[in-house]
Amino acid sequence: MNEIQNLTKGFFRENPLLVLVLGCCPALATTSSAFNGLGMGAATTFVLLGSNVVISLLAGIIPDKVRIPAFIVVIASFVTIIDLVMQAFSPELYETLGIFIPLIVVNCIVLGRAEAFASKNRVFSAFIDGLGMGLGFTMALVILGSIRELLGSGALFGLKFIKGDGILVFILAPGAFIALGYLIALINRLKRT
Amino acid sequence: MAKRESTLKNMVLSLSLIAMVASACLGFVYSVTAKPIEMAGLNKKLEAIRQVVPEFNNDPNAEMFRLPTGEGDSLDIYPAKRDGEIIGYAVNTYTNNGFSGYIGLMAGFKPDGTIINISVLSHKETPGLGTKMSDPQFSDQFKDKNPVSFSLKVKRDGGPVDAITAATISSRAFCDAVERAYNTLQKGGLK
Repeated sequence: MNEIQNLTKGFFRENPLLVLVLGCCPALATTSSAFNGLGMGAATTFVLLGSNVVISLLAGIIPDKVRIPAFIVVIASFVTIIDLVMQAFSPELYETLGIFIPLIVVNCIVLGRAEAFASKNRVFSAFIDGLGMGLGFTMALVILGSIRELLGSGALFGLKFIKGDGILVFILAPGAFIALGYLIALINRLKRT
Repeated sequence: MAKRESTLKNMVLSLSLIAMVASACLGFVYSVTAKPIEMAGLNKKLEAIRQVVPEFNNDPNAEMFRLPTGEGDSLDIYPAKRDGEIIGYAVNTYTNNGFSGYIGLMAGFKPDGTIINISVLSHKETPGLGTKMSDPQFSDQFKDKNPVSFSLKVKRDGGPVDAITAATISSRAFCDAVERAYNTLQKGGLK
């Protein structure tokens, strides 16, 4: 597989959220607006990039039987770094994303890429893979967040252009499930043709 | 890629090594971010105090004191002074009756107990519903009201407060927090 395919697979063919249906918990919980989706996606992308590169470098020295704990230590370190940095320099975003930043540690996308790809490939491929997957996840979150923000509060990225309250259910949890369900259905339909 | 064999020595060595490097990195990041995190928290608090009391020229954060609520805990009170004279109190108050539990508010009172302004510090209310308590539309109705004559209750409970549409619980909790601040000030004997 060449590197361009490696990069683009995360957007459509193997999109972590819309095709592999991984990382649903943060995806459903943080996408009440497009901006929150973007923040969550950016944080996840950073962690994916970091962990993929480091794990790919370390793959040779980690014995097979302790690879999962080793991966988790690496991933948790990157999550803590982004957690602290966000708290220091972007306290508002940190407050909205709240508990879901520390929870990136157990995001199956990150561990999944480490186990399935980074530990078996060269550093550059792992970097490209992390970038593609992260951006694909971010794209999915922004789309989901935009749909929910648009329908739920008549705004996009905080810019309000429809008066009134919108369909409130889309801001709430059930709306997240409904929107994600239709999005996945749409992707499945597009994949078939 | 040749994997290292999973002997006990290899496992212990590699895991310890990774953990040590990771801790060192985290220690470094923490030392860099500790100061900005503290500043961000302090700024947020000062900003909130500035919003709820008139212009002051003392350092309310340094003169902060605590008053018991009578419910087994205490609230932080920030006195605002202009040229040594007290012009208001900013009370860091809270309620646990929000739709999702805890709501923290900064409520400003004149020395006679009249509400000056209220600002929301932290909450976990429903986005688009309970979050509207931060909007001036809602919090402005408390401005210049004295709880002596203005009972802190939503209309559904027979009070004068216009609750947020579809967020009566959040509105009720908001009133509860303001009332706690007011009662604590009164009990503390601050006039």
